[in-house]
Amino acid sequence: MLWYLGRRLLQVIPVFLGATLLLYAMVFLRPGDPVAALGGERGLPEAVQEQIRAEYNLDKPFIVQYLLFLRGVVTLDFGVDFRGREITEVIANAFPVTIQLALMALAIEAIFGVGFGLFAGMRKGGIFDGSALVVSLFFIAVPTFVVGFVMQIVVGVRLGWLPVAVGRDPDFISLLMPAMVLAAVSFAYVLRLTRTSVAENLSADYVRTARARGLRRSQVTGRHVLRNSLIPVVTFLGADIGALMSGAIITEGIFNINGVGGTLYDAIIRGESVTVVSLTTVLVLVYIGANLLVDLLYAALDPRIRYA
Amino acid sequence: MPENRYENPGGPVTPSPRPGQERYVAPVDEGGLGAVDAVKADDAPTSLWRDAWLQMRSRWLFWVSAVIIVLVVLVAAFPGLFTSLDPRVCNLAQALEPPQAGHPFGFDRQGCDIYTRTIYGARASVVVGVLATTMVVVLGTAIGAIAGYYGKWFDTILSRITDIFFAIPLVLAAIVIMSVTTNRTSFTVAFVLALFGWTQIARITRGTVLSVKNNEFVTAARSLGMGRGQILWRHVLPNSAAPIIVYATVALGQFIVAEATLSFLGIGLPPSTVSWGGDISAAQGAIRTAPEILLYPAGGLALTVLGFMMMGDVVRDALDPKARKR
Repeated sequence: MLWYLGRRLLQVIPVFLGATLLLYAMVFLRPGDPVAALGGERGLPEAVQEQIRAEYNLDKPFIVQYLLFLRGVVTLDFGVDFRGREITEVIANAFPVTIQLALMALAIEAIFGVGFGLFAGMRKGGIFDGSALVVSLFFIAVPTFVVGFVMQIVVGVRLGWLPVAVGRDPDFISLLMPAMVLAAVSFAYVLRLTRTSVAENLSADYVRTARARGLRRSQVTGRHVLRNSLIPVVTFLGADIGALMSGAIITEGIFNINGVGGTLYDAIIRGESVTVVSLTTVLVLVYIGANLLVDLLYAALDPRIRYA
Repeated sequence: MPENRYENPGGPVTPSPRPGQERYVAPVDEGGLGAVDAVKADDAPTSLWRDAWLQMRSRWLFWVSAVIIVLVVLVAAFPGLFTSLDPRVCNLAQALEPPQAGHPFGFDRQGCDIYTRTIYGARASVVVGVLATTMVVVLGTAIGAIAGYYGKWFDTILSRITDIFFAIPLVLAAIVIMSVTTNRTSFTVAFVLALFGWTQIARITRGTVLSVKNNEFVTAARSLGMGRGQILWRHVLPNSAAPIIVYATVALGQFIVAEATLSFLGIGLPPSTVSWGGDISAAQGAIRTAPEILLYPAGGLALTVLGFMMMGDVVRDALDPKARKR
């Protein structure tokens, strides 16, 4: 296991370097000069532009810029943005809300996805199964922002059950609706995954053995079927943490939440390339980290993977 | 007729041997082998594809999704058949007017006919979806097949590249890149989506090629003197096609959603292109006063994606013999 852990960790490093280099190149190796655009219509004096370029290392060759940026990532000092704010501080301010939102969404999709999926899988081909499949397809097909608007109109405005938008200090209640919206698509995937997995495991030999031993139905379901069916689901949920955090861009925009998504979107609109790259880098790190965690978890659960 | 009083009509019968036979031999069609022989040799051989087709056409879900897909493609190709109005001709005086004769969905905030815009919006989604899927299938299949079939350092390098692209979430990458792209057309949107969307197909293809390439028919082809590239093209790829097709159908739906998301954020297709994502974004401004105008483009979008997703489901079930048995 230790050997596997070391090998996987070593594999992550080139992936991280490649992914950040790719993003960095996409944002900075493009036509147009972010500094010249800063001054608006009139433009900034040449000397000021030069100074800003020197300050942000934009006058150096691309690869040097990238290496300086990497140093910043490692030392957790991303520098300042064009408005003079510490980017590290901006990130530190933005992440807690998004992490809370993502974790709430994760809990919602895990509880409801696994619950409904289990029921559907136990009675494959039944009425509940059929309607669960149609509903899950619906959630996959309807884009997040449409679900968000419909929820805002129906639950927020017409019924008045939950607050429509999130203010400066988000609490649990006000984050509930955004979390549900964020969870919608993944909920559908978790449901379908659980259903298929449960239906498959129900016909497995060890379930027949368990029944033959005279175990009660609930024991067979809980102890044998569910536990074994959850392995692929846990994999999906783990990898989904990263996807949820980047998917929050849309949800945070709709509900006016000042998280990573909101900050990132702001930075994109303002052309704050340094902030954009820094935030995306952190998101990519989270994504890679989540995938790594899942791989390790999987290896811990299934010895065959370790020795492959 | 001599009556045998011990004969029991329902019981086992021991027929007498035929002339020339020492003991009774069952005619071919009675024995178990009869079923094997009964398959007529001149029937088309049942292949995976034929089986899949026979299974698919008996499901109502297949026909529903097929009708949706054909309809959407028809609307995208010939929007003029479904409406005689111009989606870009709008009269601000008619803004937010309710449905009336000739305008079944009413008017949006700019006074444009919503029905016409919903019809014309199909093209952007379908074009981006089909373009992106085509690029993804070509790129992903090529990379996955080369990595899986040639192995060694091809595999090492290509798999690492796949890992790098896989490490960046699709929507995040698309948002970052599209936000710095000034030339925004259906092609650039599709290209950016494809650039970060091919990894899944590459991984799937690599996996199936790895499992297919050790089959006997590949060894047979090689011993007959077939070249490596030819074997890959003629034997390995056709036998790895099923999972790629399934994934591509689902990916088409996902790309359409991604395009709508980008257009909704204002960094997808330009406002001059009529698109569902852009119209949803525009309808957002009137969400409290006239929420229903949002539902038409959203409905068109959902129906299209639903069509492709359902088709993906049906095709997966049909191509997976394991799922078919149950």
